[in-house]
Amino acid sequence: MNQKVVNDFSITVGTVNGSGSSTANNTILRAIFKMGIPVSGKNLFPSNIQGQPTWYTIRVSKDGYLGRDESQQIVVAINPASFARDLAGVAPGGAFFYADDIKQPVTRTDIAVYPMPVKQIIREQTEVPSNLRDLVSNMVYVGVLAQMIGIDLEKIHAALDFHFKHREKPTMMNFNAVKAGAEWAKANLTKTDPFALEPMSKTDGMIMADGNTAAALGAIYGGVQFVGWYPITPATSLAESLNDYLPKLRKREDGKHTYAVVQAEDELAALGMSIGAGWGGLRAMTSTSGPGLSLMTEFAGLAYYAEIPVVIWDVQRIGPSTGLPTRTSQGDLTFTAHIGHGDSHSVILLPGDVFECFEFGWKALDLAERLQTPVFVLSDLDMGMNQWMSKPFEYPDTPMDRGKVLSEKDLEELKGNWGRYLDKDGDGITYRTLPGNQHPLSAYFTRGTGHDEYAKYTEEANVFYRVMERLKLKHETAKDYVPAPIVHETRGAEVGILAYGSTESAVEEARDQLAADGLKSSVMRVRALPFSKTVEKFIQKYEQVIVVEMNRDGQMHQLLCMDFPTLAPKLKSVAFQDGMPASAKWIREGVLKFAKPAKKKVAPTKKITVKKSKTPAKKGAKK
Amino acid sequence: MTETLPMAGPAVQVNAVGLARKEYQGNPSTLCQGCGHNSIANQIVTACYEMNLIPEKVLKFSGIGCSSKSPTYFLNRSFGFNGLHGRMPSVATGALFADTSMNGIGVSGDGDSASIGMGQFKHVVRRNVDMVYIIENNGVYGLTKGQFSATAEVGLELKKHGINQYMPIDICMESIASNATFVARSFAGDPKQVKELLKAAIAHKGISVLDIISPCVTFNNESNAYHSYSWGKDHEAPLHELSFIPARDEIMVEDIEPGGTMDVELHDGSIIKIKKLGNDYNPTHRWEALKMLEEAQRENQLVTGLIYVEPAKPSFTETYNLVDTPLNRLAETDLRPARETIAELNAMMF
Ligand SMILES: Cc1ncc(C[n+]2csc(CCOP(=O)(O)OP(=O)(O)O)c2C)c(N)n1
Ligand code: SF4
Ligand SMILES: [Mg+2]
Repeated sequence: MNQKVVNDFSITVGTVNGSGSSTANNTILRAIFKMGIPVSGKNLFPSNIQGQPTWYTIRVSKDGYLGRDESQQIVVAINPASFARDLAGVAPGGAFFYADDIKQPVTRTDIAVYPMPVKQIIREQTEVPSNLRDLVSNMVYVGVLAQMIGIDLEKIHAALDFHFKHREKPTMMNFNAVKAGAEWAKANLTKTDPFALEPMSKTDGMIMADGNTAAALGAIYGGVQFVGWYPITPATSLAESLNDYLPKLRKREDGKHTYAVVQAEDELAALGMSIGAGWGGLRAMTSTSGPGLSLMTEFAGLAYYAEIPVVIWDVQRIGPSTGLPTRTSQGDLTFTAHIGHGDSHSVILLPGDVFECFEFGWKALDLAERLQTPVFVLSDLDMGMNQWMSKPFEYPDTPMDRGKVLSEKDLEELKGNWGRYLDKDGDGITYRTLPGNQHPLSAYFTRGTGHDEYAKYTEEANVFYRVMERLKLKHETAKDYVPAPIVHETRGAEVGILAYGSTESAVEEARDQLAADGLKSSVMRVRALPFSKTVEKFIQKYEQVIVVEMNRDGQMHQLLCMDFPTLAPKLKSVAFQDGMPASAKWIREGVLKFAKPAKKKVAPTKKITVKKSKTPAKKGAKK
Repeated sequence: MTETLPMAGPAVQVNAVGLARKEYQGNPSTLCQGCGHNSIANQIVTACYEMNLIPEKVLKFSGIGCSSKSPTYFLNRSFGFNGLHGRMPSVATGALFADTSMNGIGVSGDGDSASIGMGQFKHVVRRNVDMVYIIENNGVYGLTKGQFSATAEVGLELKKHGINQYMPIDICMESIASNATFVARSFAGDPKQVKELLKAAIAHKGISVLDIISPCVTFNNESNAYHSYSWGKDHEAPLHELSFIPARDEIMVEDIEPGGTMDVELHDGSIIKIKKLGNDYNPTHRWEALKMLEEAQRENQLVTGLIYVEPAKPSFTETYNLVDTPLNRLAETDLRPARETIAELNAMMF
């Protein structure tokens, strides 16, 4: 056996979707997390309900790298259809576990091979009813793996107990199957691979959650009152989490509700309802993905011009129709930035992790009411649907910002002298009244662009011009309110890297690798549009700024070039999209196309093992 | 109620909430003279005045079209939202959650509701959103200058578009098929009936669909056209004469017709008093309503009146068990979970 590899490898499980393997895979993930070892999990699944190959990758990283690792040291093959491919994918020196009812040749000699009699073991579990056998059989590989790499069985029990919501019967039935797998492995397998887990304390105090749940919870702490939505992967679980948690977190003694969640007939209606509610003075939101966002375009434009607060979550995926609907992407950025016809600028928030999904969940509602405009939050499938370790959610640190609203009393004091679109404060943001206001001069009429400062209909050229200029000014004002970018400067950095969203963990890992290559970099993670002054300064500071993103055309790069045309020659695009979450490998290789390290020779295809001793806990918990 | 002020001219008549009719008016219409839509806007003003609605308690909605411009021609003191073509239902659905004590009045057209907005129309009906939903039905697209709408009759000839080949969509049938709780048809040339139906529609809790044939004098008013004034006048077959009696008014002896009448009591206790004309039509019977519409279509009749009503069904917002305070008046303490909960929440995660 080679030298032991501890807490630094990836596991890929190849199964069939709809077979219940996600419980098993999440159990492995959670158990490792509870062992104190930094870990991340990604479900790579097809657009299908049952019967198609699906993979789950778990990355164990003592250094705290949570991005996707392209190499697969341990592969578990349960699906005959993907067996050959799974076998071929094992890294040299890796380990291959497979269900022994798959009668296919195992041709490799450079890896450790472990057949598992899954069917036989599960048949021996008499407490498992025959109709649940296939489902529970997934636990057998969990047990075998636990025995062979050292997953703590107690932690597996804790993970199952959580999954089954503390119901003893299903927990024990599954746990017994795990134990049976472990016992069988102990008695029958001899370890010939180097991979092992050892407890650490690097996940202490952290939680594990997915971005969609975090977003929903954040919205609840933001006081969300109205949600209009329409099902679409990967956004569905956001609205479903609202349905789940609203009754718990907004429970009242009288049993009545302070909110409404409506499943609309389509995305047009979902946004239409949310806009109606936002206009009515409710904290309103919708959640969707690309195709739904396309349908929302006309309404989004109307809300921009009529200045209606509403929050739109876009959990990005690839392509219209049967594109790659269950694959992650950052492909909706330019579309969102200019959604609507005519001139429009969107306010966009770009959360980088689960923690920020929560934070932007409530902040977006504040911003929408403050700026009286649709606020888009672009998450993605990888962040939204996968489980991530995160520092615990933090209670909002500012009171709710309900923006400029005039009550009956205010109108009394103003003697009714107000204009819905009158810029009193010179910041482009005007005052509004809410339906239900009983002052006889409170009402106004809402429509698209054809209105003057008092919301009276007009098609006058100069009035329209004024309206448009003020909207532009308002967008300037927005720069002061949106979340500032996060910058990590390295002394002597030769290059700047600019990234956003879920590529965060892969970018950090790539930077460490580049540093090992001899290329020092500073990084800016942009968290919102419009770009603030800090963004401009960062680009000015470096000779080259490499913009990293998960799409084909370099959409963030395009937007930056448009906003900062004189700085455009400095901006380089590393854009890549194949449906897989970002990996440090492609980021590093992309960066090296533009910036060469001063010292070492570069070997772009070889994986660099990082031996840096940066505090890894920080990596799992980036702000 | 009226009082002569020393200096003033003639006394201004006010309603039970102390408002004169002019407080219900809107801006002068910019529609063509003689357009059916104008007459409907006038009846909305009168109905709201007579129903003693407080204008601040009304929300106006519309889509896009000549008809959808109407909300600026009534109730200037009410909030209004002129939305997108065919999308008025969704905006209204969301807005009415803000304060469920508001009265929603929506005005749409046959293009707006029976073509581009058919989906939203059917769904707002299905959900029984508490609002008056008026479709000013002229069989054409007025604002885009005279194309066929989906309610145009077979054989209608329009200047630039030839002869319509398709059966019209019957808005009342569609509404009943979608389980509407109040469906009526009227004719803009019959203002009294329009007004009585409007009043009943306002009193009804839930969706009230009013399909009002409203001739477009510019693009569809040939005497043989189904949606024209002359055709309407000749072929109108009122199901009944009706008067609406608000819950708070005492029923006078002279209001009670001897024989041949039927009372339908609405949610708030008000009554629609129906005087039968000819056949015994019962507007609380869904199947009969559909049958009657089918027969009327075959006989080429414009049947008007209250076609169907189901007063007891809960409205959309009622099914949400909302707090008594309007949602848009709730404060942070009602909306943001307490600080202590965050630790519990984190414990709920793994
Ligand atoms: C998305 C969209 N498509 C097309 C139009 C153009 N348009 C404006 S009004 C109208 C038809 C209105 O017809 P109807 O609802 O019957 O109203 P009318 O003018 O007849 O009262 C159309 C097609 C639009 N405003 N928006
Ligand atoms: S075009 Fe027709 S519908 Fe439009 S205002 Fe004129 S008469 Fe009315
Ligand atoms: Mg029309």
